[in-house]
Amino acid sequence: MPIDFPALLKTVKDRFGDDVLGSAEFRGQHTLRIKHTANLKVLKFLRDDPAAKFEMLTDVTCVDSLRLPSDMTKDYPERFAVVYQLTSLEHGSRLRVKAYVPEEPCEIDSAAGLWKAANWGEREAFDMFGVIFRGHPDLKRILMPDNYEGHPLRKDYPLKGRGERDNFPKYQEIPRN
Amino acid sequence: MSTAVEDIKKIAPNATKQVFKTMQMNIGPQHPATHGTLRLKCEVDGEIVVKVEPEIGFLHTGFEKLGEYRNYNQFVVISDRMNYLSPLNNNIGFAIACEELFNVTVPTRGQYIRVIMAELSRIADHVVSVGLQGMDLGAFSVMLWTFIEREKLYDIFESVTGARLTTSWTRVGGVFRDVPADFPELVNGFLAKFPAVVDEIEYMLNKNKIFMDRTIGVGAVSKEDAISFGVTGPLLRASGVAYDIRKAKPYLCYNELNFDVPTRIEGDVYARYQVRLAEMRESIKIVRQALEKLPGGGANTEKLPVNSVNHKVALPTKDMVYHDMESLIHHFKITMPGHGLIPPKGEVYSSTETPNGELGFYLVSDGTGLPYRVRIRPPSYYNYATFPQQAAGRLISDAVACMASINVIAGELDR
Repeated sequence: MPIDFPALLKTVKDRFGDDVLGSAEFRGQHTLRIKHTANLKVLKFLRDDPAAKFEMLTDVTCVDSLRLPSDMTKDYPERFAVVYQLTSLEHGSRLRVKAYVPEEPCEIDSAAGLWKAANWGEREAFDMFGVIFRGHPDLKRILMPDNYEGHPLRKDYPLKGRGERDNFPKYQEIPRN
Repeated sequence: MSTAVEDIKKIAPNATKQVFKTMQMNIGPQHPATHGTLRLKCEVDGEIVVKVEPEIGFLHTGFEKLGEYRNYNQFVVISDRMNYLSPLNNNIGFAIACEELFNVTVPTRGQYIRVIMAELSRIADHVVSVGLQGMDLGAFSVMLWTFIEREKLYDIFESVTGARLTTSWTRVGGVFRDVPADFPELVNGFLAKFPAVVDEIEYMLNKNKIFMDRTIGVGAVSKEDAISFGVTGPLLRASGVAYDIRKAKPYLCYNELNFDVPTRIEGDVYARYQVRLAEMRESIKIVRQALEKLPGGGANTEKLPVNSVNHKVALPTKDMVYHDMESLIHHFKITMPGHGLIPPKGEVYSSTETPNGELGFYLVSDGTGLPYRVRIRPPSYYNYATFPQQAAGRLISDAVACMASINVIAGELDR
């Protein structure tokens, strides 16, 4: 049975009060907007509540709002939005939760304790956007090399890079003897 | 279930501590068992993997960054390069995400053609995956048979899309051209012989003692773990969760077709192999039904539309462009940068069931011709995250079996 989203979102708003910034609907998909300080308790509620039961974290990613047009930035109180795509296998419904993370300090609590999927998902978000997930078991780069500087999917990072290709450390033959 | 360490302790109870001293070992990124570009940092104890840490990113190509600089039709080309065993599924998945964003619907004939191609592509992926799984465990002939079948499928893809691998077949609101008139004969010709091949593979491997010994009980993932890890596709269904997006949230015309979702409860490598075999049979069923119901048949004598008739999004046919002023304008508007194909502001997450699992696209549009953010949710990425857990405490050769059964595709894993 599909989730009754208006009722669920109202429950969440009543329960968490000011931590919930609002909700949105576009093309039949629901988004819950929350403060980054409250992400764990809201996510835990959504995972465990029988009316929601989002037992699967499908994806964790991030959006950088730096170059958004002015009429869309009102939805982004902070620069980054960490986006959780939740799936309820029981109800066959999906919900998107957006937690807004400021540029400085760019930190949010890790959801790796709630879902194991968050481990790699958050590592990628950290790698690409530089969002630090507090309490993550193994927060380090996953796709980019360990010695890479910068976070490529940030909007102020140029498409062609910052000269990493030219300054790539060359292979040096180890002299024998 | 006993681990390999316990097994050895049973055989050699007096083994000294020195035997169990661990050492670091690298597998890959050029090792054949890692299928290309995966590196495993293993801590091994003799031949037993104590801890394994996969290192990925060797094929990172920046698809998500590139997507922010390509318009919606140009990104189809990039989506080919993601899962290179089944590029058509990626094309279709991306097109469906865009159509949800643009709010256009594809006519019935277009939907049926997409379903047929998606299922043929699923067969091509599964058959190679099963073959490679056999090869990694020493059953080389299965791999050779399966590659023959894939060649036949690639011939069909070539006649439909013009390319074997880099298909780039879909456009927002449709596909770039209708199927050739002899399409039903081509597909039926393949389907007439293919079920026998599945039976042959089954005959070769199902009761094969070596194959069974090396797969049963290996790399088992429990139902709870699979859900928590976000595992999808054949791996999730092998762990006992009957979750298939084609059933749970039907897209295209899957709700008009009759098929089952095969599941197993063991969650081990053998169960995944069985699920893949069963899914190939289901795909054959789907293709047969879809061919029968295909509106207009192969030749499409009634000239039913394949692409959306909303010409603000989908290109009008060449004939219309030559003879109709308005269509000429639509054509110009869509193809010129900065003019057409502009979605409303908003964001969608749309997912389809690809051979490896849930392929999701999270598109954020800022109301210009280029997407503001393209997030690809690759199935391999989240499936592969379970690998350390599967391989820990088992033999190195079991790790190879686990990796083959996950069917991790580096192009999609690293993007």
